[in-house]
Amino acid sequence: MNNEENSKEMKALLRAAIAPMKDTELRRDLWPKMLRKLDEQPYRVAHVPWFDWALAAILGTALFFFPGTIPALLYHL
Amino acid sequence: MELLERFAAGDLEAFEALFREHQKEVYAWAVRIVRDHGIAEDLTVETFWRIYKSRSRFHPDGNFRAWARRIATNAALDHLKRARRETELPEDLAGTAASDPAVRCETRERIRQAFFQLPAKYRLVATLALIEEEPYNNIAEAMGISLALVKIRVFRAVRILRKKLGSLVTEVGAQ
Repeated sequence: MNNEENSKEMKALLRAAIAPMKDTELRRDLWPKMLRKLDEQPYRVAHVPWFDWALAAILGTALFFFPGTIPALLYHL
Repeated sequence: MELLERFAAGDLEAFEALFREHQKEVYAWAVRIVRDHGIAEDLTVETFWRIYKSRSRFHPDGNFRAWARRIATNAALDHLKRARRETELPEDLAGTAASDPAVRCETRERIRQAFFQLPAKYRLVATLALIEEEPYNNIAEAMGISLALVKIRVFRAVRILRKKLGSLVTEVGAQ
């Protein structure tokens, strides 16, 4: 059995067990909910995880002691 | 100034206008993936929250609709990854109605269980491609992946399901 037949057979089986969504209509306006979320989580400056700082420090140290690697790093950027 | 420019500049009224214009479409897309109305509502709000957070990265001459759909798809994928670790079935999958009566209840349950256990990225693609019959190119665009990768994921999802369901596939096919 080829891939297409396999896929067709599985599609028929899945659709027999799990019906496609018919009711996709939004029942209410979600703007009030959106406003609540905006109030709860005011926009913050993106938090930089500690391991990103650690990685930057390691990279900076490596470049300081081995400046010959700078062209290689630039090449891979 | 155009609506999208005002949105990108951080105008809340412009964001509200875009929200009201696109919320139905984002919701309809999300509910087809997660198959639960309450979760789809939460994902719609989460999608617009992500949109609002990354507004400075949006180019006003870009396609807002496509951008929103891609963010909604990522939010739905994140949800499926979390939900896979939990045991409860979504409302549509837990229900027994609205499916083919020719396929026995026990068989349906096995198919649902196997489907629910698919890794999130395969389940998302399988839901859209095999159950919702969404064109592959729309799925590729929404997921930000190539058409070839969508086909590969469908193929792998089918292979995993066949492996899990074993002889059931041929038995039901013969009915």
